[in-house]
Amino acid sequence: MSSHEPGFIRKYIFSTDHKVIGIQYALTSLAFLFVGLMLMLMMRWQLANPGQPVPVVGGALESLLGEPAGEGKISADLYNSFGAMHGTIMIFLGVVPLVFGAFANYLVPLQVGAADMAFPKLNMLSYFLYLIGGIIMLVSFFVPGGAAQAGWTSYPPLATIIPTDGQIYWLVAMVFLITSSLLGSINIIVTVIQLRVPGLAWMRLPFFVWSEFVTAFLLLLAFPPMEAGAVLQLMDRLAGTSFYMPHGLILSGQPATGLSGGGSPLLWQHLFWFLGHPEVYVLILPAMGIVTEVIANNTRKPIWGYRALVGSALAIGFLSMVVWAHHMYVTGMGTGISMFFQTTTTIISIPSVIIMTCLMLSLWGGSIRFSVPMMFAIAFLPMFGIGGLTGLPLAFTMSDVALHDSYYIIGHFHYVVAPGTIFAVFAGIYYWFPKVTGRHMNQSLGYLHFWGSLVCMNLIFFPMLFQGLGGMGRRMSDGGYIYSAAHPSNEGAIGSLSDAVMQLNGVIAWSALALAAFQLPFIFNFFYSAFAGRRVESDNPWQATTLEWQTPTPPPHGNFAQEMFVYREPYAYSLCHSAQAETPTPESSAAVGEFVDFETQNQSIAAAATDELLVNQVSPA
Amino acid sequence: MKIPYTTEIREDTGLYNAKVGMWLFLASEAMLFGALFSAYVFLRIGAWEGEWPHGLLNIPIGAFNTLVLITSSLTVAMSWTSLKMGDLQRYRRFQFVTLICAAAFLGIKGWEYFDKFSHYEIWLNDPLTSKEYPQLAGHSADGDQPVSSVIGHIEGIGPFQTLASLQESGASAVEIHPDAFHYRLSARQQAERRKAERSLGAEGAREAAEEHASVRIDVSRIARMSAFVPRHGTFFATYFTLTGLHALHVLGGALMFAFILWPGARMWRDDPERYTNSVEVTGLFWHFVDLVWIFLFPVIYLL
Repeated sequence: MSSHEPGFIRKYIFSTDHKVIGIQYALTSLAFLFVGLMLMLMMRWQLANPGQPVPVVGGALESLLGEPAGEGKISADLYNSFGAMHGTIMIFLGVVPLVFGAFANYLVPLQVGAADMAFPKLNMLSYFLYLIGGIIMLVSFFVPGGAAQAGWTSYPPLATIIPTDGQIYWLVAMVFLITSSLLGSINIIVTVIQLRVPGLAWMRLPFFVWSEFVTAFLLLLAFPPMEAGAVLQLMDRLAGTSFYMPHGLILSGQPATGLSGGGSPLLWQHLFWFLGHPEVYVLILPAMGIVTEVIANNTRKPIWGYRALVGSALAIGFLSMVVWAHHMYVTGMGTGISMFFQTTTTIISIPSVIIMTCLMLSLWGGSIRFSVPMMFAIAFLPMFGIGGLTGLPLAFTMSDVALHDSYYIIGHFHYVVAPGTIFAVFAGIYYWFPKVTGRHMNQSLGYLHFWGSLVCMNLIFFPMLFQGLGGMGRRMSDGGYIYSAAHPSNEGAIGSLSDAVMQLNGVIAWSALALAAFQLPFIFNFFYSAFAGRRVESDNPWQATTLEWQTPTPPPHGNFAQEMFVYREPYAYSLCHSAQAETPTPESSAAVGEFVDFETQNQSIAAAATDELLVNQVSPA
Repeated sequence: MKIPYTTEIREDTGLYNAKVGMWLFLASEAMLFGALFSAYVFLRIGAWEGEWPHGLLNIPIGAFNTLVLITSSLTVAMSWTSLKMGDLQRYRRFQFVTLICAAAFLGIKGWEYFDKFSHYEIWLNDPLTSKEYPQLAGHSADGDQPVSSVIGHIEGIGPFQTLASLQESGASAVEIHPDAFHYRLSARQQAERRKAERSLGAEGAREAAEEHASVRIDVSRIARMSAFVPRHGTFFATYFTLTGLHALHVLGGALMFAFILWPGARMWRDDPERYTNSVEVTGLFWHFVDLVWIFLFPVIYLL
């Protein structure tokens, strides 16, 4: 520790402390989640009431964004912007920085017993690159033509020919975000490999560390191809190249001029989805890690099948790199290639199912504490389950062709990310809040937040599955009205969207509003408890075993007050001395020295328990 | 607070932190360039029959640049070894050579770029035949085939011109000195023509000079005109993007070396081991960048 206290700016803004950076990441990404939520609310209003001025914020929209929001209405162009930016902000600026930037930054060094990340300055740089990327994204709303409009996937040629500079901002911001996550992932991997505290063997790592470790590798290896793709798209935009522009491109009925042609739009799809699919596991693996920690702690027993969990996480990591083209079944791929990607896609569901099974079996026979984090963690299981199971029909070309680009897809991946990952994030926030701030969050508000969110999430996303099966496309700015039976020109037309399907738009809009309302208790709880919540009585209020709870609260710069040595598995809840690590004392060192071989040979809990008994027998001497 | 293994080696991995970090970074870089090479393969396979250019790049210059980079990799390795042996002076001399090599590489690359920027292709509304214009003999496999585009140097015109800028300047015609060969001829056809030319001896040389006499083309006959810039076509788009990104890496590596060599040298007094490590880690990056070029050169220049 340094001899003199650093000033406010060095301590809270340009800090190299992984915990401060983690909190910076958390606050920034939660703010972006809020922005994404607001965009979603306005879009849902537009879908339920096409062409009606947005209530309350309509005037503000018009004065901020001008022409595209004329009379406070959301024009089709503006809707496209909102759609593209909702996806981009939620994924790249909200959830990924939250689960990877915030949680991994704060917790991984603590859980491996390190004083800080391996490269603290790069860590700080990583946060500021992320912040710059985020600001560029937000600024793009206000450039002429508005923000990017070609969806969060930015498919060319559309993305390249749309006349807005927003797309350039989008690409440049993505390069910043990719660089940021590159630095973050290197930092996490090196920290886990190099800075584990003595005694913390690989198979003693908490599952959260494993999940972030695999996630870091995904970010490290899957993001660069997309960065390459973004550079090529920038070249198309700025230097007039034709990487993604084919020969004979027709735009609005006219042959495109000034282009050399010879490119391929499919190239972008390959480069994008090479990131895009691993990205899904970047979103879900840390969530599984968080849920594992919370479940182990609240069932008061070891996680069932720890080794299976680790193996599955690694398998997911490898397999997620070879499934990307299942997003491209309708591009006219050959059947051979489709067969390959169908096979890998179905195989990757196996490790996911193993993880879910392990977590569910872990509940069996536990004395479950239904604390707020545990409620979110339990809800994660069926919610992610629905998300995963609705994905199966999309893994096969024959059913995917029908469902592609419909609301079914929207329902499916939102089940994975929204009530899936974001519930896990809430579980994590409620769970680690006492360690970070030294105060508890309010329980009653927490339960209110949980039940409200659970009901609303399902009321939003389950109807989408029906809408998709009913034939509603995903990117229509009028909520499908033009294809509905109610539209005058569709009278008697077969296959038009039924009234029931259309009315679901209203259900979803009201539920979305209610969901936003149920976040208010959380926001209030978060800030109120941080300053005035009930103080924790001990450094380990949940009686947890992993290393982060053996620090002072909140952990000081440098984290651990004494030297640590890890003696046990991460979730040794069945033992009387369950904490994973202790400060070595002559007695405990001797005891462990005696039995350490025994322990490495027998990883089972029974063996550990015997060991512990022996330790206890030896200790008094 | 002290972070362990910044210089000392961790027993179970045998590495210090920065080295692990650099290897991971290089893995990421390999994915970046791997994706770009894959994009190249994808676009080249998808190119229309006979569309992919051949023989547009200056192979001797490219080969020389390869040599320059390999030399610099050698001097980096030597400089690190010198530091390991505690010889700061020797290290400085070797690193100085490295920086000169880096500058030479970038200078040569810049010259190559500029040469391309002032080299033009003109696509014609109605094709010419080399029967009418013997200067264009190298532009088609045999004299009967129509020539729909002419490549070469244009008299009295700077780099980056286009048809639009030509029309703006009010010029009514351009004088283009056609290249000896058109890039649409396959590498084999080009080699055959070259061989035939050589076998003709002095007479052939005179004929060739005649062939290189300029062609006058009215601006009204031009459908499209482009210098050899990224927007010229997929080949140059790929060439400039890949080599440009590589050149940025060379520049970055050179700047890091220069920083370690001059302002960063104070560390040598305080912590010589860490100083040596920083050279080693940056050297890893440098060798990687060198390796990328060793792939780039044959893929883009030779194939």
